[in-house]
Amino acid sequence: MSTTTPDLGYATHLSCRECGAVTELGPFYACLECFGPLEVAYDYPGVTRKQIEAGPPSIWRYRELLPVPADVQARPNTDPGYTRLIRADNLARELGVKTLWIKDDSANPTHSFKDRVVAVALAAARELGFTVLACPSTGNLANAVAAAAARAGIGAYVLIPDDLEQPKIVTSAVYGPTLVAVEGTYDDVNRLASELAGQHEDWAFVNVNVRPYYAEGSKTLGFEVAEQLGWRLPEQVVIPVASGAQLVKVDKAFGEFTKLGLADGGEPRIFGAQATGCAPVSAAFRDGLEVVAPVRPNTIAKSLAIGNPADGPYVLDVVRRTGGAVADVTDEEIVAGIRQLARTEGIFAETAGGVTVAVLAKLLRDGVLDPAAETVIFNTGDGLKTLDAVAGVVGPVGTIRPTTDAFAELIDGGIS
Amino acid sequence: MSTVQVRVPTILRTYTGGEADVTVSVGDDATLGDVVRELDASFPGIGPRVLDDAGKLRRFVNVYVDDDDVRFADGLGTKTPDGAKVSIIPAVAGG
Repeated sequence: MSTTTPDLGYATHLSCRECGAVTELGPFYACLECFGPLEVAYDYPGVTRKQIEAGPPSIWRYRELLPVPADVQARPNTDPGYTRLIRADNLARELGVKTLWIKDDSANPTHSFKDRVVAVALAAARELGFTVLACPSTGNLANAVAAAAARAGIGAYVLIPDDLEQPKIVTSAVYGPTLVAVEGTYDDVNRLASELAGQHEDWAFVNVNVRPYYAEGSKTLGFEVAEQLGWRLPEQVVIPVASGAQLVKVDKAFGEFTKLGLADGGEPRIFGAQATGCAPVSAAFRDGLEVVAPVRPNTIAKSLAIGNPADGPYVLDVVRRTGGAVADVTDEEIVAGIRQLARTEGIFAETAGGVTVAVLAKLLRDGVLDPAAETVIFNTGDGLKTLDAVAGVVGPVGTIRPTTDAFAELIDGGIS
Repeated sequence: MSTVQVRVPTILRTYTGGEADVTVSVGDDATLGDVVRELDASFPGIGPRVLDDAGKLRRFVNVYVDDDDVRFADGLGTKTPDGAKVSIIPAVAGG
């Protein structure tokens, strides 16, 4: 491990989100006092819109607000982010909402939002003296870690549940990491990773022992939405919830932009989306609880199948503080959501995106979301990664001989 | 008496002299609560790191007895038979 002081930009220390105890910047992730999660604290300089607009078309345009060195762009990384924000008028019309935008994060280098967090984790891990990148993953993170390690020219150990979708296995393995399939659920894989992190001190398990830095990468989703709306915050957002970190960090991003005077608008109402087959946070919200009871996941939305979500309590805090909610939808609704988004907007989302669209529809139906309010939803991954979800329900209308008559018979019922 | 093996996370190893795996001896019908008490007797101060002021498992600690998350079993009342392996892990997760 490095003995010199890491250059993590304007980050000053780590502080416990539970008890507030302060820890120096380093490869620490759990509070020594209470096991609570550690959060990066900063002493920001003044940041202007002009400065950000002059930056690169990637998450590094917000580097002053991330725990990375000023010259972060000088070292090989995946440079993700600045993905498109699409105005979704067709879907808005079908669902009866006035103004709807989709933040389409399938456009990242490995086709999910995980490139954002991994890029920040890689930059911080180098400063902290780690020499190997590693992770337990439900698939998207595995892709991102394997690709980032390849770009960086360092080794990678990637642990996945053995029942993962085949495309996510292939799209991890192709980058050449040491890929290990583990019998059990994601929560079992995560436990193994935590134990391995205690044994291999030069391995950066991006979402375990460098998690405080890693998680900061999700703030860039919120920064980009505000910048792309013309330096304005949306009125309500719907975000998928697995560990819950993304939702919590997007809220943090909106708060930082407001504090720095970079974005106009009031505090957005934040809504969380889960699959009914793994809805521990939604259940806690519905039951008015402050703690999240773990569940055993059973859903096609495997990228959201975290039964014991570490940031669950903070998701509850955020949605309650902002006037949002958490809701869940069935696997059938998820498939319908994927198809509706593809059919109306030409965006093919992975199952997590289907969850988000279906929860959007449900919350509008139930009168929980305001149909007159400007709304942003997050598509966090590419549908090509979860083809099985829709492979059985979409396909050709028929197979014909290569003749115009055959075509006419199929399409027009023989009337040409 | 029965012997239970405990895997100690990095942040608690200051209490165990750097040891990652320790063993404690408990009674035949012991529970996880007994194991934590015995652990604190052997390594003073470790107990309050794992339990909150009310004596319950802290919110961000995951404890496993063999392969089972004790939150799915009986929490601190979960039985720890002779030869059981207890693992204490900070709760972190993220797909």
